[in-house]
Amino acid sequence: MMAILAACDPTIPVNAGLNPILTIALGLLVCAAFGALNGTLITRLRLPPFIVTLGTLNIAFAITQIYSKSQTISALPEALEYFGRTFRVGQTAVTYGTVLMLIMYLIAWFVLRDTAPGRHVYALGNNAEATRLMGIDTARMLLIVYTLGGLVYGIAGLLLVARTGVGDPQAGQTDNLDSITAVVLGGTSLFGGRGNILGTLLGALIVGVFRNGLTLMGVASVYQILITGILVILAVATDQLSRRKG
Amino acid sequence: MTEPRPTPVLEARGLVKRYGHVTALDGADFQLLAGEILAVIGDNGAGKSTLIKALAGAIIPDAGEILLDGKPVRFHSPLDARRQGIETVYQDLAVAPAMSIAENLFLGREPKRTGLLGWLGALDKKRMLAEAMRHMQSLKIGIRSMKQAVETLSGGQRQGVAVARSAAFARHVVIMDEPTAALGVKEGNMVLELIRRVRDRGLPVILISHNMPHVFEIADRIHIARLGKRAAVVNPKHISMSDTVAVMTGAKRPEELPALAFA
Repeated sequence: MMAILAACDPTIPVNAGLNPILTIALGLLVCAAFGALNGTLITRLRLPPFIVTLGTLNIAFAITQIYSKSQTISALPEALEYFGRTFRVGQTAVTYGTVLMLIMYLIAWFVLRDTAPGRHVYALGNNAEATRLMGIDTARMLLIVYTLGGLVYGIAGLLLVARTGVGDPQAGQTDNLDSITAVVLGGTSLFGGRGNILGTLLGALIVGVFRNGLTLMGVASVYQILITGILVILAVATDQLSRRKG
Repeated sequence: MTEPRPTPVLEARGLVKRYGHVTALDGADFQLLAGEILAVIGDNGAGKSTLIKALAGAIIPDAGEILLDGKPVRFHSPLDARRQGIETVYQDLAVAPAMSIAENLFLGREPKRTGLLGWLGALDKKRMLAEAMRHMQSLKIGIRSMKQAVETLSGGQRQGVAVARSAAFARHVVIMDEPTAALGVKEGNMVLELIRRVRDRGLPVILISHNMPHVFEIADRIHIARLGKRAAVVNPKHISMSDTVAVMTGAKRPEELPALAFA
C-alpha cells in the first residue's frame, strides 16, 4: 500500500502544475482517502482486511501506472524535495525527513502508550468483542486507524520522493514486505493487540541496516528480496510459536 | 402474599419481542429486589436471553416497559444501560488478555491526568493502579500487581477481573450472564463466592445460569422463564431442584406447586 501510493504522490502535482504545497496536501489526502476506503470496506461490509488491502494495493498501483504512463518523473518542484535536504550534527548529515520521522514516532509512542484512544486500539486488537461491549465504538475506531494508516503511507511516500528526488511509479514495490518484517521483528503480533512503537523503530532500523549492508556487500537486489522473504517468514513463525506457548 | 413490597430496583412489565414469526418474549414480567441474587433460568427458547438483553439494553423490546427504581427507562444500547448503572458480566471472559488488570478494569472509562498532559489525553495510570487494587481487594481477589497482564491469570481470576469491573461501576444492578459456564469446578465456586460478595456490598445481582446446583447454592429467588413469559418466581429454600426443572420444562404447571414454594 505505502509503496504504491508513494509513487502516486508526486505524479499528480507535477503533471497538473499546481502549487507544490497544495499538491503535497492533495497527495496526502488521496492516501488518507485510500486508507478510509480500506477502513470502510472492512468495517461496513465486514470484508477480510487482507483481501481488501490487497485489492486496493492493486487498484492504487494500476492508477499510478495509468496516470504516470509508467514514466519516471524527475525535475520535481523544490518543496517536494525539502525533507530530503540535510543539516549537520557534528560529522553526520541528517535529513529533515529523519526529524519528521522521529517526531511522528514520538507522537505515536505517546498516543499508543498513554492515552485512552491508544489503549483502546490495543484492546481492540486483543478482544474486539469485549472492547465493543465496554461501550467503545470499535467500527469508528478501525476506520480512523485505517485512515491514519493511509495518511502515514502518504508521508512515507513523500519522504521516499524527497530522498530519491524522482517520482517513480515503480518505487518501493518491496517496501510492504520490508515494513511487515520490521514491525514483526519489533515485537508486534500479527494476531493483534501486542507490540509497541519503539520495537517497530528498532525493527525498521534492523531491516534498514540489513538491507543497506547487503547492498554494500554487493548482494544483488533479487537476492535481497529472497532473504527478506525468508526473514519475514522466520519473524512471523517466531510470533506464532510464542503465542502458542502462551 | 399480600404484604406490600418495596419498589423493585429493576422491573419489567409485559415485555414483547418478536423476531419475524418467532415471539421470543410474550408479555414477560420481571422484578429484581434490592440486595438480592435473582437467578433467571429457562429452557432454550424460553425467552431468557431475550429478557436479559432487553434489561441490559442489547435489544429494544417491541412493547412493554422497563422501570429502574420505579421510574420508566428506555435503553437504546448497552451503553445506555451502563450509564444508568446496570453492568453486565459476560460468560466468555470479556477481557483483553495482553493488557493489564488495571487497564481492563478501566477499559472505556479511563481517568485522565490533570494539567497539560491530561489536556493532551494522558491517562492517570497511578490512580488506575491504586483504584484497581482497591476494587480487587474489596472483593478479596488476591492478586499482587495490577500491572500484571490478564493472560497470566487463571480463568477464575480473569472472570474475577470482569466481576470487579462491573461491581466497581454498577450503581444499581449487576447482570451476570453464565459467569461460570467457561470455568472449571473450583474456579466456578470462586466466582460464586465473588457474586455473594457483590450482593453483600448492597448491589443486587441477576444471575443467568444453566447450572442448577450453582443456582440453588447462591440464589435468593429464582425466576423461571417459559414460553416467553414468567412462569413463576420460586424460593430455592422451599422447592426441590427437580420441581424447579419440571416447571421450567413444562412437565409441571406452577399451580401444582405448594404455596410455600413461591417467592
